[in-house]
Amino acid sequence: MPVEIYKDKFTGKGQEVILGATKEQGGTRAYTVKMGGSSTLPFLFYEGEIPNRPVIAMEVWDIKPEWNPCFEQYYGDVWNDPVAWAKKAEEYGAEVIYLRLQGADPELENSKSPEECAKLVKDVLAATGAPLIVEGPGQPDKDNDVLQAVAEAAAGENIALGVAEKDNYRGIAAAAMMGRHCIIGRSPVDINILKQLNIMITEMGVPIDKVINDPMTSSLGYGIEYSYSTMERARWGALIGDKMMTPPVICLAGPEAWSKKEPNAVGEDAGPGWGDQRDRGIMWEAMTAAALLQAGGDLVLMRHPEAVKLVKKQIDALMVPNKY
Amino acid sequence: MGLTGLAIFKLLPKTNCGECGVPTCLAFAMALAAGKATLSQCPYVSDEAREALDSATAPPIKLVKFGSGDKVLEIGDEQVIFRHDKTFYHPTGIFIEVADNDANLAAKVEEINGISVERVGQKYELDGVAVANASGSADTFRAAAEAVAGKTDKAIILISECPTCMEAAASAIAARKPLLYAATAANYEKMVEVAKKVAAPLAVKGEDLSSLAELVAKVGYKELVIDSGARQISQVIADQTQIRNSSVKKRFRPFGYPTIAFTTESDPAMEVLEAQAFISKYASIVVLKTVKTEYLTSLFSWRANLYTDPQKPIAVQPGVYPYGAVNADSPVYITTNFSLTFYSVAGEVEGTRIPSYLIAFDTDGLSVMTAWAGGKFIGEAIGPWLKDSDINQKVNHKKIIIPGGVAAIKGKIEELSGWEVLVGPRDCTSIGSFAKLRLS
Ligand code: B12
Ligand code: SF4
Repeated sequence: MPVEIYKDKFTGKGQEVILGATKEQGGTRAYTVKMGGSSTLPFLFYEGEIPNRPVIAMEVWDIKPEWNPCFEQYYGDVWNDPVAWAKKAEEYGAEVIYLRLQGADPELENSKSPEECAKLVKDVLAATGAPLIVEGPGQPDKDNDVLQAVAEAAAGENIALGVAEKDNYRGIAAAAMMGRHCIIGRSPVDINILKQLNIMITEMGVPIDKVINDPMTSSLGYGIEYSYSTMERARWGALIGDKMMTPPVICLAGPEAWSKKEPNAVGEDAGPGWGDQRDRGIMWEAMTAAALLQAGGDLVLMRHPEAVKLVKKQIDALMVPNKY
Repeated sequence: MGLTGLAIFKLLPKTNCGECGVPTCLAFAMALAAGKATLSQCPYVSDEAREALDSATAPPIKLVKFGSGDKVLEIGDEQVIFRHDKTFYHPTGIFIEVADNDANLAAKVEEINGISVERVGQKYELDGVAVANASGSADTFRAAAEAVAGKTDKAIILISECPTCMEAAASAIAARKPLLYAATAANYEKMVEVAKKVAAPLAVKGEDLSSLAELVAKVGYKELVIDSGARQISQVIADQTQIRNSSVKKRFRPFGYPTIAFTTESDPAMEVLEAQAFISKYASIVVLKTVKTEYLTSLFSWRANLYTDPQKPIAVQPGVYPYGAVNADSPVYITTNFSLTFYSVAGEVEGTRIPSYLIAFDTDGLSVMTAWAGGKFIGEAIGPWLKDSDINQKVNHKKIIIPGGVAAIKGKIEELSGWEVLVGPRDCTSIGSFAKLRLS
């Protein structure tokens, strides 16, 4: 009894987005990464094209973050040197560097100026070969100023600027357009807002192949299922032909996972049966990332080098084409 | 599900005799379609009609049960491809494989029994033990099955392709209603006999989807669990997706059964990630080897997340909860009645070891920030409630601690309740240090 293979008939496909620019393309990156572009659900090779594998980005901060002590052994000597940290991230397997300009937060005492941020971005670009994503401090006015300066400093490099939200996208979109960079649009686990934001950003003149979506990640154990379902619905929307749902999806697995109790708790703080913190923490992050890959994540932001190794291996295995 | 009332009506006798309890065949057909009647109420349906109707009204994936006592595991009976289409009903059973000739068998089963992870008010355990006939000997297999059955009341899977070995082990623990794995093209006749004899569900293993479908049609037994035979992760996902799509969207009967998947990775971390992919993509059972809770905690959490009902957040009863030996001076905290939020906060409040009250404010089960954004955890709602709440009789102070994320509602609560508001930390995991600093 030969089984009739079931295939959904899709008319649309995900938008492919390229991050970074090599010398020939007007930048200085050692390589570019391509994301998205699938014409099927995640890892179902028998149904359509999956031209690009999911990409791993790693976090680099411009100031020392308050992370779990288990990161000390990996980043202890570079906490205060983002350029060296970025190089380290590359060694640990980052395919993209995700620079968080937290030090530009206007609430901080020595809040960094847009010029300082721009210089840092230049230095990171000079020291590394990976494509770059830059996130502003998260305060709308400062974000606009900082990302404007960053966009200029990184002209030609095709970086991604984040994070644009419904009430704060104009300045960032303008900066992205001016520097011909990509933009990350964030929507609060809401597919309608995701679509609406893409419409507003593209109406401003940013081409759709420069848009990356952050549908808002929640950690494993803390609402991840909402992100998962939002991503599944967005992918489905893209496949049935809704152009405004096609951008590749970024998942902030590392920061979300590590903000929770389970990966961090030691001794009496740990719950019954939780097991040893080291492996539990790594697994909590890897599991968050791997689950979101199943929902269609194209770019995963991670933190722990061991979790990165695990997730890369998982991607290798998932990218073996299945066929009938 | 499936047939319309009209389609069912065509298969009925159309005599309107009324013996089914409704006046006409059409009315009865409508009741059937709505799931409000069962076919057996009509004494006159023909056998052909019965068969057609049975298979059309049966759920797309059969519900299969195994195990005994209060550890009966129910698997299958899923109705959708995506959880957001409705919900997933029967969480994947997580099993640990042990070899029948393992000298430490008893200790391993103890370890499996002992796995119990608690977080945010939930308790996670393994569903059972899969005993593999690694020895190839019927006696060893039987002895191991008996030993496992004696050590645990969890569900048991027996793994052997040798019918004599299977018969020895399965009859020894028949009362436990184990799942028998597996019937193959080579052994299915005898395996079905064993399964029928001990009245246990049987797993059917193909070499690919086509051979699986063929085998299912041949076995002529309905208590089944199916396995396409694939082991490489991306092929497993593809096959599982095919099985789910064919059964749910096309009602392809040979695939209308729960499925089982096995991990292959030897590194425990990778093994657990592999199991995660199988759980995400429709496996009704996963069998793995790792019993390390630092890994399993994540896997259990993922399963719990995937199988929560997307239509209704899990909520706790709104109200005032005491922690420890509370008295009139005990501090009062407030959070929402979203169970995830509530239990996260409750764990921390309890952890301060200062007897305290925690209020679960009714937000229809939304988290703090979501409820705030949605207008349900705001001063205008909390203030008047607090003013009249019986917490006023329980403590002799009027100080309430609110989550740091909603510092902005402080003023309104104070204005409308007459209580003084202390703004707590943003993240509840800092409640311990907050309490040390501010409450002692
Ligand atoms: C899942 C989610 C949803 C789910 C809700 C699920 C649920 N049951 O609540 C859905 C999809 C329904 C949803 C809807 C909305 N959401 Co929403 N959602 C989230 C998300 C992703 C996670 C929320 C969560 O579960 N957190 C985990 C729980 C445990 O957190 P928590 O309750 O806040 O508790 C923590 C702290 O507050 C603190 N704490 C709690 N209680 C107490 C008590 C004391 C005393 C102390 C000291 C501390 C403390 O400790 C806890 C652990 O850190 C967040 C973004 C994010 N990643 O956080 C957005 C978010 C909360 N949502 C947001 C918004 C705007 C909305 C909507 C209004 C719009 C929309 N379309 O998304 C609607 C409103 C819904 C309604 N009907 O009213 C915004 C809120 C922005 C703001 N600051 O106002 C957020 C922050 C996203 C964003 N950045 O835009 N959302
Ligand atoms: S008992 Fe059967 S034949 Fe009689 S009315 Fe009901 S459905 Fe029709």
